[in-house]
Amino acid sequence: MNAITLSNVDISYGDTKVVLGVNLEIAEGESFALVGESGSGKSTILRAIAGLAPDWTGEISVLGQPRSHGVDRQVSRQCQMVFQDPYGSLHPRKTIDATLSEPLTIHGIGNRGERVEAMLQAVGLDRRFRFRFPHQLSGGQRQRVAIARALMLEPKVLLLDEPTSALDVSVQAEILNLLKRLRREQGLTYLLVTHNLPVVSFLCDRLAVMRHGQIVEVADVDQLKQGRLSQAYSQELLAATEGRAGAEA
Amino acid sequence: MAPLLSVQNLRVSFPTHRGRVEVVKGISFELGKERLGIVGESGSGKSMTGRAILKLIRKPGLVTADKLEFDSIDLRNQNEKQMRQVRGARISMVMQDPKFSLNPVMTVGEQIAEALVTHEKLPRREVNERILAMLEAVRINDPKRVAGLYPHEVSGGMGQRVMIAMMLIPEPELLIADEPTSALDVSVQAQVLDIIDDLVTSKGMGLILISHDLNLVSRYCDRILVMNAGQVVEECAEGQLSEAQHPYTRGLLAAMPTINESRDELPVLDRTQWAGT
Amino acid sequence: MTTRDWLLEDSPNSRWQANAGRAYRVFTALLRNPLSVMGGIIILVLILTAIFAPWLAPYSATGQDLANRLAPPSGTNWMGTDELGRDIFSRVIWGSQITLTIVALVALISAPLGLLIGAIAGYFGGWTDRVLMGITDIFLSMPKLILALAFVAALGPGINNAIIAIAITSWPAYARIARAETLTIRNAEFIAAVRLQGAGPIRVIVQHILPLCTSSMIIRVTLDMAGVILTAAGLGFLGLGAQPPLPEWGAMISRGRTFILDQWWVATMPGFAIIIVSLGFCFLGDGLRDVLDPKNEGK
Repeated sequence: MNAITLSNVDISYGDTKVVLGVNLEIAEGESFALVGESGSGKSTILRAIAGLAPDWTGEISVLGQPRSHGVDRQVSRQCQMVFQDPYGSLHPRKTIDATLSEPLTIHGIGNRGERVEAMLQAVGLDRRFRFRFPHQLSGGQRQRVAIARALMLEPKVLLLDEPTSALDVSVQAEILNLLKRLRREQGLTYLLVTHNLPVVSFLCDRLAVMRHGQIVEVADVDQLKQGRLSQAYSQELLAATEGRAGAEA
Repeated sequence: MAPLLSVQNLRVSFPTHRGRVEVVKGISFELGKERLGIVGESGSGKSMTGRAILKLIRKPGLVTADKLEFDSIDLRNQNEKQMRQVRGARISMVMQDPKFSLNPVMTVGEQIAEALVTHEKLPRREVNERILAMLEAVRINDPKRVAGLYPHEVSGGMGQRVMIAMMLIPEPELLIADEPTSALDVSVQAQVLDIIDDLVTSKGMGLILISHDLNLVSRYCDRILVMNAGQVVEECAEGQLSEAQHPYTRGLLAAMPTINESRDELPVLDRTQWAGT
Repeated sequence: MTTRDWLLEDSPNSRWQANAGRAYRVFTALLRNPLSVMGGIIILVLILTAIFAPWLAPYSATGQDLANRLAPPSGTNWMGTDELGRDIFSRVIWGSQITLTIVALVALISAPLGLLIGAIAGYFGGWTDRVLMGITDIFLSMPKLILALAFVAALGPGINNAIIAIAITSWPAYARIARAETLTIRNAEFIAAVRLQGAGPIRVIVQHILPLCTSSMIIRVTLDMAGVILTAAGLGFLGLGAQPPLPEWGAMISRGRTFILDQWWVATMPGFAIIIVSLGFCFLGDGLRDVLDPKNEGK
């Protein structure tokens, strides 16, 4: 069974189509990257899978279940999302504890205190952080909280929207290590959106290169590492990155 | 030859409820007609350094220095009016995001014209010619059309090129570029930096490139200052970045994934190893 | 460990401690602003006066003493007496109860109503928004006092009807603010995140959007209180608010108007009370704005 399947998906914002005829199959347990420049439609695909961009046609299914067009309570236990901006993704007036307990309350799961503490430990945050407000945390710590929140409902699929591009390189390394470890420990499937090819090389098994709302090429990460991408545009992207090898996000 | 810019023991501090906190703790460097890079992570004080040189730190921020000289002018005792003569005309600054730096209700051409005529009285025709020439210099294909556009009608990369045109048209002697490309796509980043590089080299200007991106800075600069917690921890010459000695610089380099990544885990900076926060 | 340390603890041990700490920080920031302290003291004095009116007032508010009518301020009648010989000082003190009731009830009715309508309109958008904001605009387009007059005229004069009329005329402004705030909050990533976790619209609005609107609402309501007091006084002045012999400040000014040239104190004393209390709310509102403004958060 595929973790995520998209067949012939078009997505529009208002009157403009931003994604055209996309087909994707992502296996369970795989870590897959969507790369491309801004405006290529990569984040839009993520939002459509999550249910945040409801205006699409075609078929999207998550773990074999066809996706509805909106946000879905059932899907929330299978598929969660981590956002780009650690400063905008946490409620400024809620403590970390309140943010992490909320999904448990919504789904009527008990034992909240213990679960929150266990999750904080899993993402490498000290217990001291539990009752702090977001403004008392650094960017990297906030992103850890955002990852913890996404994992509270123990989903199998995690959608990652540029999770490290707002962070410093040294902090990016910490978050990338964390994501890699969590995937190994919990057998997660990742769909990562990024414009940073080195991050793909570190974290992913396969990637799709996107341009103008369409998939240009789907490749193995080994092809990326050896510079053997087949399409001219993919090579262009690679060259732009190579020129400044190991660029930050 | 006297250096273009000479900075000694530059300090910037801000008051907090726990007393004054220094964000730049005594930085010294000299700059000729060369390209200097300042790298550091957020909070390292690199942007504050750039702003302090132009005296753009607002109260209650406080700037002190033993020496802050530009072309034999002591910037420390220049008042705001005199600083305005220096800013733009002799030292220009390019900021991170063109969206916030361009005036949304003026066309691109008008804004560039304003940057020019504030410092130089010129006949209307010559102004127009200079604008079009400048837009061409930043590789805008259709300068006449672009000059008539409003900022929201141009893309991010083009907006940043317009900013550069605006900053370079009064022909300053020193350009301070603070993260000029971090809001742009990778392919556009290289274009914009190449343009800056070309203009700086051909006009014989000084350049201070402030960025968090070690590799980018090392590609475009003759000399690099690595900053951490308000101090310069290391100075490298061009191409010597890989031989950097300081554990902070080495840690930063190692923490970046590469395109052919085989490590299972990226090394993480141990921040307790050196002074600072 | 002192209470202060417990409140300012960097890593609190419970949600309750974290929230108490935040409240304490807001409170100390408020104390650093002299004008807001003054405003706070004025409001506190108003509240205490209202509570302890029976003990504070030297005379009855309604007891007439026709032999001693229109007496100027003196040792026995600090603010003089009115045309029926009633002690104005006692009436001003008793009047604080009425003012406070009006202010509190108007705030309790109009602020939550406006908040809810604005948040619903902003969050759902589309037709909900158009209908709700259309109604709001209709109310906003009419002058407050005139609208209140119309309501009182329809419902009949009296203090309760005055409160209802003022509340009905003041919620639209709050609905506008709440909608504007909701529009900016609704697309934030933390709202998207909680929706993805399966939270329904009621939960999103009540638990995530409303708490972020409340600070601007508290500021606005406090600043508006001066206007509410003035509208209530205006209604009283026109004889449509509190009815005699109730010692409502506006009505008292109205009665004193007849004697304003010869016996200035009859109209002036309650006028002072209105000015001071209005100023108090304005000062406090300004101070709250500096402290609660979300843009200052985390500094």
